[in-house]
Amino acid sequence: MTPAPTVGIPGALRAVLLRDLRVALRRRADTGSALVFFVIVVSLFPLGVGPQFEMLRRIGPGVVWVAALLASMLAMGRLFADDHADGTLEQMLLSSVPLSLLVLAKTLAHWLSSGLLLVLVSPLLALQFDLGTDAAVVLLLSLLLGTPLLSLIGAIGAALTVGLRGAGVLLSLLVLPLATPVLIFGAGAVEATQAGLGVTAHFSLLGAMLLPALFLAPLAAAAALRISLE
Amino acid sequence: MSDGLELRGLACVRGRRRLFRDLNLRLPPGQLLRVIGPNGAGKTSLLRMLCGLLAPAQGQVLWQGQPLQRVREEFHRQLIYLGHAAALKDDLSPLENLQVALRLGGVAPDDAAALRALADAGLRGREHVPARTLSQGQRRRAALARLPLGQARLWILDEPFNALDTAANTWLLGLIEGHLQRGGLAVLTSHQPVALASTVVQQELTL
Repeated sequence: MTPAPTVGIPGALRAVLLRDLRVALRRRADTGSALVFFVIVVSLFPLGVGPQFEMLRRIGPGVVWVAALLASMLAMGRLFADDHADGTLEQMLLSSVPLSLLVLAKTLAHWLSSGLLLVLVSPLLALQFDLGTDAAVVLLLSLLLGTPLLSLIGAIGAALTVGLRGAGVLLSLLVLPLATPVLIFGAGAVEATQAGLGVTAHFSLLGAMLLPALFLAPLAAAAALRISLE
Repeated sequence: MSDGLELRGLACVRGRRRLFRDLNLRLPPGQLLRVIGPNGAGKTSLLRMLCGLLAPAQGQVLWQGQPLQRVREEFHRQLIYLGHAAALKDDLSPLENLQVALRLGGVAPDDAAALRALADAGLRGREHVPARTLSQGQRRRAALARLPLGQARLWILDEPFNALDTAANTWLLGLIEGHLQRGGLAVLTSHQPVALASTVVQQELTL
């Protein structure tokens, strides 16, 4: 038998990313549930508050952002839980590829199949709150910067709670406090646009949180996974 | 510098129970270590310790004379571990599962080679069905199919013969024998004696 060609770290990461996307695509009911949750929660507010446009415009950005935060947490529990149950997580720990990079690939796949969908559907939801075009665009951009951050922070929580009973609630308790800055600056960006102010400051702050999180969160999650699986 | 795997004064504590202590052993290349013992004796814990998944309460595991934690990446390149779970994604086919598992292990065979390995494992005609439709024995076979394709020198197998039929049993024995003859090492747990050729050196460890 001829020896198989070897593959480096990029090849392994690509394989994990594609695998997770493929699994997400084949389990559309699971993947879609966070999105449906997001749409329903956001839609409840206009129904509850009634057609008071002034009020809706005011609460709109906050409501969409809080719903996005909760929907992200809802989806986050599955990041490592399935892999833990079927044994593939152990195999990732035993790979020669650094675990933090594998966590990053998994988080990216998870964001593409959950967070990105929330981002894409958000302008439609903005209509229910009578947000103008400018505000809707800023909402979309703020979620585009913010949801990856939520996924990265959530990955740490998911790694810490993997294999525990009642992991979902514990995960939210751990992660929601950490995610509040994201919420404040994300929703703040939209409110600033509505008030006619610039959004550069808000976006810069979100970006400034995203970059270190990209680097540090996978390291923390990888360390947490090693402890959780002992 | 010793070649192969070495256990030095290894001890394992799970919860409040001490499962084993003061385990010393050397496994040179070309030899098989069979771990036996009653249920709950710590066989799986020992195997997880040898992989580096579980930190020993005392003592250390050495690979090529170096402590595991210092040569972790190199060691993991040389290791295949198959645990109780078959490590298959239920929604993916055996072929897709095999390709990902191998890439994590640093090899990327083309689909033809992977299909051949699955056929050898007795999964001809089932390469593209979702893994959730496979029987327990077939799942085991799908997991074991990566053994001949990988380049690992050390195989650590937890109850590899479980759920396998006679044909698969013979196939796996052949794989292990070939691996050992090429200078590989294998550690496995099994409640039955492993019927390998008499030229193969087998060590037994009773917990």
